[in-house]
Amino acid sequence: MALILIHAAEQGLLYGIAALGVFITYRILNFPDLTVDGSFVTGAAIASSLLVTHGFDPFLVLAIAFAAGAVAGVITGLLNTRLGITDLLAGVLSMIMLYSINLRIMGRPNISLLRTDTVVRIVAREFHSLGNMSVLLFVTIVTLAVMFILVFFFKTEIGLVLRATGDNEHMVIAQGVNTKRMKVAGLALSNGLVALSGALVAQYSGFADVGMGIGTIVTGLAAVIIGGSLIRSRKVVWMTTSVLIGSLIYRTAVMFALRYGYVIGFQASDLKLVTSLIVIVALVVPAFRERMARRVKTC
Amino acid sequence: MLRLENVRKAFRSGQDIVLALGGVNLDLAKGDFLTVIGSNGAGKTTLLNIIAGTILPTVGRVSVKDRDVTTLPAYRRAQWIGRITQDPLAGTAPMMTIAENLALASKRAHRSLRLAITRRKRREMVERMLSLGMALEHRLDDPVSLLSGGERQALTVTMATLAQPEILLLDEHTAALDPANAAKVSLLTQEFVERLGVTTIMVTHNMEHALALGNRLLMMNKGEIIYDFNGGEKGSLTVVDLVDLFSRQHIVDDELLLEAR
Repeated sequence: MALILIHAAEQGLLYGIAALGVFITYRILNFPDLTVDGSFVTGAAIASSLLVTHGFDPFLVLAIAFAAGAVAGVITGLLNTRLGITDLLAGVLSMIMLYSINLRIMGRPNISLLRTDTVVRIVAREFHSLGNMSVLLFVTIVTLAVMFILVFFFKTEIGLVLRATGDNEHMVIAQGVNTKRMKVAGLALSNGLVALSGALVAQYSGFADVGMGIGTIVTGLAAVIIGGSLIRSRKVVWMTTSVLIGSLIYRTAVMFALRYGYVIGFQASDLKLVTSLIVIVALVVPAFRERMARRVKTC
Repeated sequence: MLRLENVRKAFRSGQDIVLALGGVNLDLAKGDFLTVIGSNGAGKTTLLNIIAGTILPTVGRVSVKDRDVTTLPAYRRAQWIGRITQDPLAGTAPMMTIAENLALASKRAHRSLRLAITRRKRREMVERMLSLGMALEHRLDDPVSLLSGGERQALTVTMATLAQPEILLLDEHTAALDPANAAKVSLLTQEFVERLGVTTIMVTHNMEHALALGNRLLMMNKGEIIYDFNGGEKGSLTVVDLVDLFSRQHIVDDELLLEAR
């Protein structure tokens, strides 16, 4: 039982980094970006193939994965801002292009990391005195570091402009900012984080698979929305914390559903259906509540 | 400072082509304060849009400080041109705090990865907000969406001051406010314009304002400048004269006439 919770926490935090990426586009930039379904795999694919075929350092590949994801984000950004393709379609196009690219990177549909050294194995070896907790501790430190770097970034001059771009673009243009460039930068940061998450998840679970990214946008949204409904704050530090808490809750729920869901006839393959339904409900409820409140007022 | 040469703007509306501006020529010196009146559809806002760069002219040339800026994007022109519109929601970012909005306006070039709001900057912000006399100094960390229209517009004017533009475009920027707030924002703008000697173009429906403020007055109709009064001429004009000129042009506009009463 305790072990399930530890695993859920580890996964919640690792996928939480991807959720932070989704948070940047969805909440900050106001740009629903579907690239993430592809860039998550790009991170995993680059990390695995560099580890297996080229023997790269497991920590170094994390940085390379981030950079690769950022490039994917830039492509989506350019499709949208320079070529005038709508945000959703730009993301879908990138996502589909990445499917082929990811296969090219891996050279086959999946790569096993069972015979390679990964960050998770290194940590478990170096800190074996911590037992079960060593990996969780490492994952916590990495995720919190990413979060606090983000929080600091959003307080800098450039970070402020990025937030304002999603809030009132015309105002930002009037402040002398090229908002197109800011959008591209935001998409790069977002997809960089998603790819980093993908690279970590691949090393954690011991494999990369070309289909592992399907639904990244939905699980990311689930974390953003669950967290946002629990912690209602406009402060960036609380908003990012809420995303991680949302991710932890989501992963714990998934763990239990997979472990005990058979009682109510739940299968692992139902997961994406259920997740999407949760997101639909979470998206609709606030709007519905608002409408009801307004109706009561006008009566 | 600002020159428009034969600026025309045509919009396509279905099968028709509507001429929003038909060959406008305008030359403003540094420190000029121009007021613009005219009925709806006279092309006043189109004129400001073309100067700010949010739309491009079909024909003609726009130059700022003897530099051709006709095709320069709006964000690049923002280094010289500040603009306040009628909509109090337009000039600020609602989800961000007062302090963050002020910080956005105060650092406009060479933005970096330094902290945007330092302690020293906060003290300056408190001073600025104190001078507004709207009790906003205690609300620096409130999101702007919580402010009233008047407060938001006052903040927008303050942000424009921080940016220190050389040309200020005012598009009926007090029209959506209640009388008390309109007077306050109007006074604030005047102080700002006088202190910095910024070249200003103010579009208004209020003929008294148009006469009381500035050293030059334009009357526009159907995309053209029909009257252009300078210094002395403008000083001797009255609201009655303006209404008279309007009716001589057969411009019937309830809003204008109501304002004139």
